[in-house]
Amino acid sequence: MTSNTEQTTNSTNGHPLLDVKGLKKYFPIKKGFFKKTVGHVRAVDDVNFFIREGETLGLVGESGCGKTTTSRCILRAVDPTGGRVLYRAKSGATVDIAQLPASEMRRLRPEMQMIFQDPFASLNPRMNLFDIVSEPMFVNGIKSRSERADRVAELLQLVGLRPEYMQRFPHAFSGGQRQRIVIARALALKPRLVVADEPVSALDVSVQAQVLNLLLDLQEQLKLTYLFVAHDLSVVKHISTRVAVMYVGKIAEIAPTDALFNTPKHPYTAALMAAVPVADPRVRSKMIPLQGDVPSPANPPSGCYFHPRCPFAEAVCKQETPQLQEIEPNHFVACHRAKELELDGISAN
Amino acid sequence: MSTNLAPPVSDPQNLPPTGDEAAVVLPDIGRDAEAIYVAPNWKLVWWRFKKHRLALVSGIVVIFIATIALLPEFYSTLPPHESDSIRSFIPPQRLRFFAGDGTFLYVQDVKGQRNQKTLMMEWVPDEEKIIPVKLFARGFEYNLLGLIPTDIHLLGVENPDSGQKFHLLGTDRLGRDQWSRLMFGTRVSLSIGLIAVMLSIFLGILLGGISGYFGGTTDLIIQRLIELLQSLPPIPIWMALTASLPRDWSVEQTYFAITIILSLLGWTTLGREVRGRFLSLREEDFVVAAELIGCGKPRVIFRHMVPTFYSHIIAASTLAIPVMIINETFLSFLGLGMRPPAISWGVLLQEAQNLQSIALAPWLLLPGLAVIITVLALNILGDGIRDAADPYS
Amino acid sequence: MNNQQPLLSVRNLKTYFSLDEGQVKAVDGVSFDVNPGQVVGIVGESGCGKSVTIKSILRIIQKPGKIVDGQILFRHNGDSMLDLTQLNAQSEQMRQIRGAEIALIPQEPMAAFSPVHTIGNQIEEAILLHQPVSKQQARKIAIERLREVGVPSPERRIDSYSWELSGGLRQRAMIAMALSCNPKLLIADEPTTAIDVTTQAQVLNLLRDLQAQHDAAIIFITHDLGVIAQIADFVVVMYLGRVMETGPVDDIFHNPQHPYTKALLKSIPTVTSESGSRLPTIEGAIPHPFNRPAGCPFYPRCIEMMPGTCNTSTPSLQPVTDTQSASCFLYHKQTDDE
Ligand SMILES: Nc1ncnc2c1ncn2[C@@H]1O[C@H](COP(=O)(O)OP(=O)(O)OP(=O)(O)O)[C@@H](O)[C@H]1O
Ligand SMILES: Nc1ncnc2c1ncn2[C@@H]1O[C@H](COP(=O)(O)OP(=O)(O)O)[C@@H](O)[C@H]1O
Ligand code: SF4
Ligand code: SF4
Ligand SMILES: [Mg+2]
Ligand SMILES: [Mg+2]
Repeated sequence: MTSNTEQTTNSTNGHPLLDVKGLKKYFPIKKGFFKKTVGHVRAVDDVNFFIREGETLGLVGESGCGKTTTSRCILRAVDPTGGRVLYRAKSGATVDIAQLPASEMRRLRPEMQMIFQDPFASLNPRMNLFDIVSEPMFVNGIKSRSERADRVAELLQLVGLRPEYMQRFPHAFSGGQRQRIVIARALALKPRLVVADEPVSALDVSVQAQVLNLLLDLQEQLKLTYLFVAHDLSVVKHISTRVAVMYVGKIAEIAPTDALFNTPKHPYTAALMAAVPVADPRVRSKMIPLQGDVPSPANPPSGCYFHPRCPFAEAVCKQETPQLQEIEPNHFVACHRAKELELDGISAN
Repeated sequence: MSTNLAPPVSDPQNLPPTGDEAAVVLPDIGRDAEAIYVAPNWKLVWWRFKKHRLALVSGIVVIFIATIALLPEFYSTLPPHESDSIRSFIPPQRLRFFAGDGTFLYVQDVKGQRNQKTLMMEWVPDEEKIIPVKLFARGFEYNLLGLIPTDIHLLGVENPDSGQKFHLLGTDRLGRDQWSRLMFGTRVSLSIGLIAVMLSIFLGILLGGISGYFGGTTDLIIQRLIELLQSLPPIPIWMALTASLPRDWSVEQTYFAITIILSLLGWTTLGREVRGRFLSLREEDFVVAAELIGCGKPRVIFRHMVPTFYSHIIAASTLAIPVMIINETFLSFLGLGMRPPAISWGVLLQEAQNLQSIALAPWLLLPGLAVIITVLALNILGDGIRDAADPYS
Repeated sequence: MNNQQPLLSVRNLKTYFSLDEGQVKAVDGVSFDVNPGQVVGIVGESGCGKSVTIKSILRIIQKPGKIVDGQILFRHNGDSMLDLTQLNAQSEQMRQIRGAEIALIPQEPMAAFSPVHTIGNQIEEAILLHQPVSKQQARKIAIERLREVGVPSPERRIDSYSWELSGGLRQRAMIAMALSCNPKLLIADEPTTAIDVTTQAQVLNLLRDLQAQHDAAIIFITHDLGVIAQIADFVVVMYLGRVMETGPVDDIFHNPQHPYTKALLKSIPTVTSESGSRLPTIEGAIPHPFNRPAGCPFYPRCIEMMPGTCNTSTPSLQPVTDTQSASCFLYHKQTDDE
């Protein structure tokens, strides 16, 4: 498992900025008066991937498959149960975020920031725009108010907001504008890695494109590296260099965007693509639904977690958990039958 | 690619016009948009609160009652402990205006008369005699707020040397002035309520906060403690605890003991709420964001978490004070709380307990009205604050 | 099937909410037709009045809200058109129409089922309310309906509670309940917004099949243009309480007329669009309902806005091609102002 990833990380061009190996996060299920642990929700269960500097890794999957938990583990907003999160810091040293003591983690914080799904919950309603956007600088040692005010004005312009808004409180802004404020705050410390957890899912359709364009422009200007989490394949396709597909706490497939969408190798990826409603009434019949439901991560099936729904399942799938393997250059799949299956991608439409 | 930080989306002229996209519009508070956009939360709460007329009036009533609790000497007309067994059970003497002789403010004097049938002493208005009364009159000496010696009272007889007395709410069995006793009782009852609530809030925030923020075993222990305390029936516990207070304790000692007993059981509800708030806030995105930008724990708690429930706590405590007041009144009424010579609303009502006094001197029940007014005003005020602080829940 | 005469005809519907602060014109002059057996998709962004429109049709608008103008003509018996706005919302006739002839699949199936009764009880109750059958027969019909919507082993599932079911099964049970009385019109309010793509695909396929079998008309509400393209025959595009454009689904997607429809279609990312490219955007955001612009509701964000015209009067919905109608001054001069 991890050995495969390690080999390929070395063989690929461009050094990974982030290398996640065997990441696990189990949430205990507690019951009774003394809150005894009776089981675990395997929210993230042996996840492996890497992100190269300057690229966008899209992370897709259905609700509850562990996307948010993965992204929070990477930023140590939650403590992982196991695994390594190797990050190549600005200083050049590679550190394991999963094991870093709190004090060193705090020193690393400016390099990695997060954008949240719900723009109404991610801004403190009691602070005005200046306080919100300048707080990262304040807690990281820039105490001069005028210096911070200049930088806040610059950041607001950068994300397309008027600097005059500085005295306003979040209640004065719509969802799209709030998301811009969240982005400005994330950029205040000049981060290298930005984790965006469904940044456009809660926005109105006509506003999503604005924020997507902004994220693309900022990446180009500021040389940012993104981990972009979404449940919407179209959005992920639009913004990502490479895409990772998650299913019940595990990575099913990782590949460069075009390869993944044109020649998916994992039956789940193909099923996900077939289920996407295409915004064209002329390509209707293509929508082939997958049968059954996503299993609970507290009680996953044996072997390949996808086998109860997989149209290609064989005996081996019920017993053995498939490992993530590189079956073509840069194309990693966790499926016993990945090499033999011919699956339809998007271009087949 | 330009290296300066030029706005990538659109040039500044094309930025959305100011003020057309507000997520929350508060047209009801009659301010222009920009004023609302830059208004911090407490201002929005105040603007909303002002729209709530009944709560505003209740607020004024509460402030007035609070001044009584602070300055009972000023509001009373006679020393509360001064008894005169001859003058027992005098009915309330109403304030009147414009006597025939040109006196502006006066009360009708009373005279004792034996009832021919029952042979009891009865007080009837003395048609001939009036007692001129004035505002800011001189009376018994006291220290204002315990500091400034003075003898000025809100109301008093015009001529202090005449030896005249009047009783706005009548007198009790021992001839003590009920009005003045009610003023002093207000101090005790209100302050017990307030201090007990402040103690519960302190305990509630401390323990609830610890429980909610740190979680784990600490949380488990505090949660079990709260469950234990909440499973105890409060009334028998209070009765047992207060009944066990030594009889020979001074008024002050009993006062503090009762306050602590009341708050010991009272903090659990608030503690639960605070814990719940902390638990949910810990997961809130803006709190996670604060941690991710490098804020330390104290800053996360005091700058980001606590301010979001200030108004909630103010509302909760406003609503908790009347409960404490009723509890104290109840205990004292049963003779288990404050005891004479202390004066509290409960003590006053206790003296109106027997049937004889209800028939003979119904005005002794008037402290009950004071309890009702205070409790109502505090409840309406608390509701108003809560609605203004949390209009969408 | 009589396609000449619509099953439902909404004419200039206006539903306002009078709040202390002023009036929210949630629906402000909406007109569209639903023909028998047709799937009409209503698409629009949040707050544009989709839910209020269908709540008006069902006459379940909550208190400060009121239908202030317009007609909702429903083909009740044979050819007679009944104006639902003229009925008492609580009357026996309206209650019969609601449920038996027009059924609703609500947005949140979790909230729509009572957690204290089994789904079977609730479906049976709906059947007994509108059909003269015995309790046993009702149970049989309920099982049949559950089987029809693809609930596995319905004999067993009928006795489960809604919270015991997964999201997809719950949504199916909801559809079974809506279908229980063979309604002529099925209204689905964002039935797939709260569920995942794979489940969404199941539900969409199911609705398509059921529609073909029962020949019921469907009003399908969503903000997802992909879903609309997949399910609808005819599309109504709404913005800020008004209809911007109507037309057959193919024309709306391949020959949009209204500037809002055009801009919206261009601004959504699709799985076929090129990675990393910049999408054309619609500037600004949807105004708050209290700050509705005078004139064309879309003018502050419209690139083709004509000063002096668009910001002073409101264009009415007029035919602009053989099949499509649009409310835009680029095509005509008719206004909706008195
Ligand atoms: N604090 C927690 N305690 C227990 N279980 C949790 C907790 N956080 C997440 N989970 C569980 O972990 C799994 C993955 O959750 P996660 O939030 O990462 O999913 P997601 O892919 O982001 O879903 P969504 O699209 O709904 O946000 C879910 O089954 C969830 O219920
Ligand atoms: N009960 C209500 N009171 C006041 N305004 C309402 C109410 N319900 C809906 N509205 C307003 O009506 C408009 C349309 O709402 P709705 O139809 O629910 O939108 P959507 O298209 O998202 O379903 C919104 O501006 C909303 O604020
Ligand atoms: S391992 Fe087997 S069950 Fe799993 S996806 Fe591959 S073929 Fe399907
Ligand atoms: S009427 Fe004017 S503003 Fe409205 S859509 Fe047409 S061109 Fe644009
Ligand atoms: Mg998530
Ligand atoms: Mg809706």
